[in-house]
Amino acid sequence: MAWDPSTDATATKGFALADRILALVGDRAEALVTCGQGLNALTRFANSRIHQNMASDHDQVRVRVVTADGRIAQATTTRLDQDGLERLVEGAIAAARLCPPDPEYPGLAPAGSVAEVDHFDPPTAAASPDARAEVVADFVGTGPDLESAGYCSTDSDTHVLVSTNGLRYASRSTMAQVDAIHRAAAVDGPPTDGYGQITSKRLSDLDGRRVGEVAAQKATAGANPIELEPGSYEVVLEAKAVAALLLFPAWLGFNGKAYAEGTSFVHLGEQQMDERIEIWDDGTDPLSLGRPYDAEGTAKGRLDLVRAGVTVGLTYDRRSATLAGVEPNGCSIGQDGFGGYPGDLFLGAGDETLEELIGGVERGLLVTDFWYNRILDPKTQVVTGLTRNGLFLIEHGEITQPVQNFRYTQSVVGALAPGHVLGIGNDAQLVSNEGGIVHVPSLRLASWAFTGGASG
Amino acid sequence: MFDLVTAAVEGALAAGASYADARVMIVRYESMSAKNRVVEGLTQTETAGIGVRALIGSSWGFQSTPELSPAAARRAGERAAEVARASARVTGGPVQLSPTPVVQDSWANAYEVHPLDDVGIGERADLLVAVTGAISDAGIPLAQASHQIWDTQKWFASSEGSRIDQHLVECGAVIDATALGDGETQRRSYPGVRGQYGTRGWELVREIDLLGNAPRIAEEAKALLSAPRCPEKTTTLILGSEQMALQIHESVGHAIELDRILGWEAAFAGTSWLDPAQLGSLRYGSDLMNITADATLPGALGSFGYDDEGVPAQAVDIVKEGTWVGVLSGRDSAPLVGLSSGGMVRADGAARLPMVRMTNVGLLPGDSSLDEMIAATEDGIYMDTNRSWSIDDKRLNFQFGCEIAWEIKDGQLGQMLRNPTYTGIGPKFWASMDMVGGPDEWVFWGTANCGKGQPIQVGHTGHPSVPARFTNVRVGVR
Repeated sequence: MAWDPSTDATATKGFALADRILALVGDRAEALVTCGQGLNALTRFANSRIHQNMASDHDQVRVRVVTADGRIAQATTTRLDQDGLERLVEGAIAAARLCPPDPEYPGLAPAGSVAEVDHFDPPTAAASPDARAEVVADFVGTGPDLESAGYCSTDSDTHVLVSTNGLRYASRSTMAQVDAIHRAAAVDGPPTDGYGQITSKRLSDLDGRRVGEVAAQKATAGANPIELEPGSYEVVLEAKAVAALLLFPAWLGFNGKAYAEGTSFVHLGEQQMDERIEIWDDGTDPLSLGRPYDAEGTAKGRLDLVRAGVTVGLTYDRRSATLAGVEPNGCSIGQDGFGGYPGDLFLGAGDETLEELIGGVERGLLVTDFWYNRILDPKTQVVTGLTRNGLFLIEHGEITQPVQNFRYTQSVVGALAPGHVLGIGNDAQLVSNEGGIVHVPSLRLASWAFTGGASG
Repeated sequence: MFDLVTAAVEGALAAGASYADARVMIVRYESMSAKNRVVEGLTQTETAGIGVRALIGSSWGFQSTPELSPAAARRAGERAAEVARASARVTGGPVQLSPTPVVQDSWANAYEVHPLDDVGIGERADLLVAVTGAISDAGIPLAQASHQIWDTQKWFASSEGSRIDQHLVECGAVIDATALGDGETQRRSYPGVRGQYGTRGWELVREIDLLGNAPRIAEEAKALLSAPRCPEKTTTLILGSEQMALQIHESVGHAIELDRILGWEAAFAGTSWLDPAQLGSLRYGSDLMNITADATLPGALGSFGYDDEGVPAQAVDIVKEGTWVGVLSGRDSAPLVGLSSGGMVRADGAARLPMVRMTNVGLLPGDSSLDEMIAATEDGIYMDTNRSWSIDDKRLNFQFGCEIAWEIKDGQLGQMLRNPTYTGIGPKFWASMDMVGGPDEWVFWGTANCGKGQPIQVGHTGHPSVPARFTNVRVGVR
């Protein structure tokens, strides 16, 4: 049965709060109000013990005011008593009046409708610290001779958005994650790490034992890694590594504002990636954890960015869309001046298992994860970083030896270029990266430039 | 607010905690950004809340709430104890807290002009509009400017009896010019890529003279488009003080965090190449390397009166004449290596658990100068202003890029070079440092975006630094 915000106590409280703020603004300005309420809890462990364990209620409102002559300000507060709300509104209006008008301001989003999505699991929202500790205990228990570290988290959020021109939306979501390593001590040399993670809307999907066994196997198999010469290698990138890389085209490439300013790699309509590559954004997909509307209240839906390797789409908020002469497409993150960001990004799955991807490699490397990835130039999408948590040599289709970590310096778009994508896994899954949560599979790529050993 | 933190501590103790502390934090924050003469972003935030830590046996729990009432505070204390009990399900050895004096005190940093209360928002906006206009007028297609301001009030209480309130005013600004070429972009920033921030008032922003530097960075960005690429070779490298701040932050500051050394950050931020058994004997760098962590430096971004465990701010030697002698620590980490807390535990808000953070981790001045270093270099490269940074999870292998470089030939600066990068291994790199700038070139750089922890927290760190010279460095890595 579809979720009905009008009968949900938290959403009702959010709407009441937002309506009070609109009333305080009155007819002095246009306004858009968002309100988010929920709980963030994270149980963190290291050296095989829980060492940091936190829970935090969040309850916050944001108002965006726009005066008749296009002067804009937005303000946020967690102080929800009458004084706090009045200070919020009066401060925002005063700030807007004193700021220069924004000649490129397109106005608030018009009222419309959004898809019905409900990425919410009540047991996850109500999860106890004991429930998170149980997942941790299961993970730690899979490596009695190993050191483990990571976290189990549960998050819930109920969000409402209202505006003076009739927007009135609500959404809710939960997220649960276990993300951790096992570490195997080495007789001679540094310890080796193995990694595993599960991200879901349901805590009940977090099988600490299963993900712990994956991490333990990798940590143990990583003992006594060999040193390889830097150079270009064929690679199989596991989903976590793919997620890390996708951040850069998502953040600085598909952004319609970056495209307009000339700093994006995108050439619309050109075959910039392999024909097997499909990339899109969709917060309404049941597999995602997103909202059906963006921070400005523009409805979200499927937005194709790369279709059969051809770059076909860009992400916009209202301001960047207006400047580009196109319709906004639901990618505002609430930061004026940023442009658009695909907050619910998908890279389409293939039909090969991870084992089959590895089986096709004559000589190459299996990469579990990339770490400390930093972009050197947005236009070429050249990124540098290091491998982490499991790097293995593949020979004649089989994993043969662990390998010492490498530094890489590689163009992300170049690695996905036509002819360079040799296989796509059927293991697409939710994975977190520095920009949020993406849904991606493993990839087999023809070439990846490793430019130096990580340990020196 | 002391009634709230007291209620929270009492709630935790009543629920079985053997130790508890609580912080109320109220933070006013403003960020404003402009691009090409238009203010594109203005955000003002007021966050308030109370965070409580409870220790039961050898297990910690933390709970926060944004509701500032005695009942909510007490309930948060009780829930922190519940969380601590759950931690005991996967527990380890005993937790020992480093002793700290019981303190009742107030502390505030000095400032001349309060950036929110004494400067009109119109004036703040006009500056960003004017400076981006100056960059645009110089022929730059993308001119950006921004500032950030924090006004933080904290009230702390512990079950040991400390009662401390603090008021911190911090601000800073940054401008940049981006030139577009055929297939690449070139950016120049001022004062540095992350700007310049301090525990100071708006006088800091006025002193750095954004308008006066706008034309220079515009011309440099344009010139970089046609400059030759930094050659790939091993050479003598001189780093300006802004890039040195980044070098110190990444290859010293994070490596000396005791929580990393102990493995507490192993799954995310990483560990450290340092072994506590080598404290006092390990060679970290050359004899010219003297690093301190000094939270008492007036105006520096990593300064405060007391950390979030109620421990007084301190100046701690980290590297003395090249030998590793100190760490960044807190009350529960320091005893594990036989030390007392260095007073370096902070959280970025009431909703986050305090953890070991850098204070002002900086290089003490030597007796040289940038001019002397250049004059003494027959063949080398001078780089400045960070552009990219990546370092491994043990803080050993780094590859950093700078915005700009110049070749050095026969003691003279030569042509400008674009896309300069250099790479190295921390202790080998620091061991090659053979010239260090003097007191006249000592700048208290402030980094307002240091990420660490899960959930991620953004820390404010200071990095006093000077220009320095290094030998046999691999540059031009692509």
